[in-house]
Amino acid sequence: MTEIKKHQYDVLVVGAGGAGLRAAIEASASGLSVGMVCKSLLGKAHTVMAEGGVAASLGYVDDRDDWKVHFADTMRGGQYLNNWRMAELHAREAPECVLELEAWGALFDRTQDGRILQRNFGGHKYPRLAHVGDRTGLEMIRTLQDHGIHQGIKVHMECTVISLLKDGDRVVGALGYEREKGRFQLFECRAIVLATGGIGKAFKVTSNSWEYTGDGHALAYEAGAELTDMEFVQFHPTGMVWPPSVRGILVTEGVRGEGGILYNSERRRFMFDDIPDLYKDQTADNEEEGWRYTQGDKEARRPPELLTRDHVARCIVRQIKEGRGSPHDGVYLDIAWIKEKLPKAAQHIQKKLPSMYHQFKELAAIDITQEAMEVGPTTHYAMGGIRVDPDSQMSTLPGLFAAGECAAGLHGANRLGGNSLSDLLVFGKRSGKHAAEFAKENGFGQINNDQVEEVTRQALAPFERAGSSDGESPYQIQYDLQEMMQRQVGIVRNEEDLLDAVEEIGKLRERAGKAASPGNREYNPGWHAALDLPNLLTVSEAVAGSAVKRKESRGAQAREDFSEKDEAFSKVNVVSYKGSDGEMKIESREIPEMGADLKQIIEEMK
Amino acid sequence: MATATFRIWRGDQQGGEFAQYQTEIDEGMVVLDAVLKIQAEQASDLAVRWNCKAGKCGSCSAEVNGNPRLMCMTRLNDIPLQEPVTIEPMQSFPPLKDLVTDVSWNFQAKKKIKPFKPRAPEPDGTWRMDQRDVDRVQEFRKCIECFLCQDVCHVLRDHQLHEEFIGPRLLVYSAALEMHPLDSEDRLDDLANAKGIGYCNITKCCTKACPEHITITDNAIIPLKERAVDRFYDPVRRLFRVLAGG
Ligand SMILES: Cc1cc2nc3c(=O)[nH]c(=O)nc-3n(C[C@H](O)[C@H](O)[C@H](O)COP(=O)(O)OP(=O)(O)OC[C@H]3O[C@@H](n4cnc5c(N)ncnc54)[C@H](O)[C@@H]3O)c2cc1C
Ligand code: SF4
Ligand code: SF4
Ligand code: FES
Repeated sequence: MTEIKKHQYDVLVVGAGGAGLRAAIEASASGLSVGMVCKSLLGKAHTVMAEGGVAASLGYVDDRDDWKVHFADTMRGGQYLNNWRMAELHAREAPECVLELEAWGALFDRTQDGRILQRNFGGHKYPRLAHVGDRTGLEMIRTLQDHGIHQGIKVHMECTVISLLKDGDRVVGALGYEREKGRFQLFECRAIVLATGGIGKAFKVTSNSWEYTGDGHALAYEAGAELTDMEFVQFHPTGMVWPPSVRGILVTEGVRGEGGILYNSERRRFMFDDIPDLYKDQTADNEEEGWRYTQGDKEARRPPELLTRDHVARCIVRQIKEGRGSPHDGVYLDIAWIKEKLPKAAQHIQKKLPSMYHQFKELAAIDITQEAMEVGPTTHYAMGGIRVDPDSQMSTLPGLFAAGECAAGLHGANRLGGNSLSDLLVFGKRSGKHAAEFAKENGFGQINNDQVEEVTRQALAPFERAGSSDGESPYQIQYDLQEMMQRQVGIVRNEEDLLDAVEEIGKLRERAGKAASPGNREYNPGWHAALDLPNLLTVSEAVAGSAVKRKESRGAQAREDFSEKDEAFSKVNVVSYKGSDGEMKIESREIPEMGADLKQIIEEMK
Repeated sequence: MATATFRIWRGDQQGGEFAQYQTEIDEGMVVLDAVLKIQAEQASDLAVRWNCKAGKCGSCSAEVNGNPRLMCMTRLNDIPLQEPVTIEPMQSFPPLKDLVTDVSWNFQAKKKIKPFKPRAPEPDGTWRMDQRDVDRVQEFRKCIECFLCQDVCHVLRDHQLHEEFIGPRLLVYSAALEMHPLDSEDRLDDLANAKGIGYCNITKCCTKACPEHITITDNAIIPLKERAVDRFYDPVRRLFRVLAGG
């Protein structure tokens, strides 16, 4: 048997983004030993890339805001498929979590009277996003990291978990490898928190990095946990489209929050042409009103550019399809125009959107204070994920918890901008607390050595195939998957394409079984890519399969063949899990009835 | 489509050498794109760190034609392509494999700096802060921990004084803490002694290298040096400054 290094922790946290760090800090605070593993260096997780802000109804900029409004906005944004209890907890606890960050050293932008400044974002009724220019995620992850390193958490950087280990039904450990030497690491623990982020690398055009291969989703699925809402993948309306090598890189919604407008090749603000009924009362009916809203006028309603992401993305796609796009298959996003309204507009833009300014200047040679940007939709966020208990964040398997983007429920059919960073804090904290409680009540389990041996054997197989004639490059398989998913499971879907996609995934799975990695185990990205492949295929299958199941258009799921909402689907979540025959099972589950108090809030806010 | 030639350092702790690769290049490509293309098509085990591809995470630091750069923010348009483009790992840190270096020292050294300690909050449990005070520190908090400043600082690179000197990145970190409007900790003794701020002779190479355009020397290191000097050599001036609110 290959040599394996062993570690033992009361609580193991997989992932060191906002959710993982927050969970580790909380678990550690209860006096337990905590280990944290992450694929990259500490501080490099996706959370670092978040730009626009963290949503919390502090009410500092507009005192009409409170948790009830935030709750209602989140539910409306999610088209009422959200886990309403999670939406409630999130709205109630987000403000306290943001203030906690401040006590740990975070420095948010300030209001005139010295409080935390909050900005407008799509789908949020009042200015709600605490932010630091357009680098809020960096502030958040650095604050958690710099606080966390003093809490006695043991961090294993550049270490990837490839399998969860079970004792009966319960999850009692994890097996991984560290990148540097490629040695296997065995983690024995009483409870595990998965905080591994998203699945964006299943698609070709994405704002996500190489890390987003749906590992947590697949680890949980393979261990027998349930996934839910996998059909809902958020395509962010504004990614860069040119030059080709940066296609997909995010352009923050903050640009529109600060007054940026979208127009097509005919210079028409096409967003005014299509305002959904659910939002008619809340949306400006002329450009002047929209501008006033972005400048903080409390009487004004939001411009249609700040409608929810699913809607804006589809409107952009339509413009492009109908031939009114920009030269590189996008539309125009213009913030430079505000110079008509504001003195010193160029400085203002640089101050409010510094990293956007640099991103365009350095990657596209465009000065956004002077010219419009070209933008188009990009795969951004997975609303779907591991199905968890709303209060404790425990999955359907005892001892296995999940938080952050890899968990599901809070966002329903569509996530509002800014609701992810707050999700990480609220549910990171909750998962850490409850994992610690579980660990206190349960001892270490029995590690199954046969399972360990089987996993390591499979993990090393790509090296053995390196010499063989039918060995394939894992990069090529990944690339082919991304092309296919983009084409067939993208923003606009239909039954035929989806079914075909499921079949394609089966074929790609066969090819993945032949993925070969030349070289040795030391820091070998080709090997890592080969090990990521099965995860990507699992989440891709869940996305495509769940999209087939939901025969309607709602939120992030748009079907050409079922272009309207269907009442029957308004009461169910789609769940996927691994059947006893090893095949993926996909079924609908009734959403539990919402409590009367919450119903009333939604009625009042309509 | 044009092609270009890249000389990439391949090796590990034991040593290594440059390997030459030719690859096709497309409009707007950055150095990291070329490296990843070579990895995907010609050298699947070529080790390189990257995450965001947008200059936000500070993972992809390397030396491109001898210059400290984030590979994801270095456009091929901006470098001459008639000659091969040389890409090497950072030199201040031990090589692990190919373009990946062992930067763990930075994390260990950071842990030894006294953490943030806020003053007592106002009665409502929160704090008021003025944007102007926040601005000053926000400059330092832009740091993406790419460690390029550590890479170019001669105290670390040439003299290898990692034990005595924490380097520009961690001086920026210290400055962010020291100038934080809420912080009540005292790090000056430590900076002057264990952290070796005196080793910095203000060459400003770090400031030039910083991809976040943090004015490391003028805004972080020099004020810290002044505070330390005031404290240790000039109590009178220090008292005067305190009284004058400076
Ligand atoms: C460009 C961009 C901008 C965004 N802007 C905003 C915004 O303004 N507001 C907002 O609310 N949200 C925003 N989001 C979304 C938000 O940033 C993410 O959803 C969120 O940061 C995810 O955090 P997380 O803690 O769940 O995971 P991450 O921060 O992605 O961390 C995942 C961690 O898990 C680790 N990991 C993964 N797999 C494994 C494995 N197998 N073994 C070990 N470790 C593993 C990774 O290494 C990493 O440490 C943005 C996202 C992007 C990409
Ligand atoms: S200014 Fe000081 S810290 Fe910066 S590179 Fe020069 S010696 Fe090093
Ligand atoms: S100060 Fe600048 S150069 Fe140094 S680590 Fe931070 S971002 Fe990089
Ligand atoms: S990849 Fe993040 S800075 Fe280059």
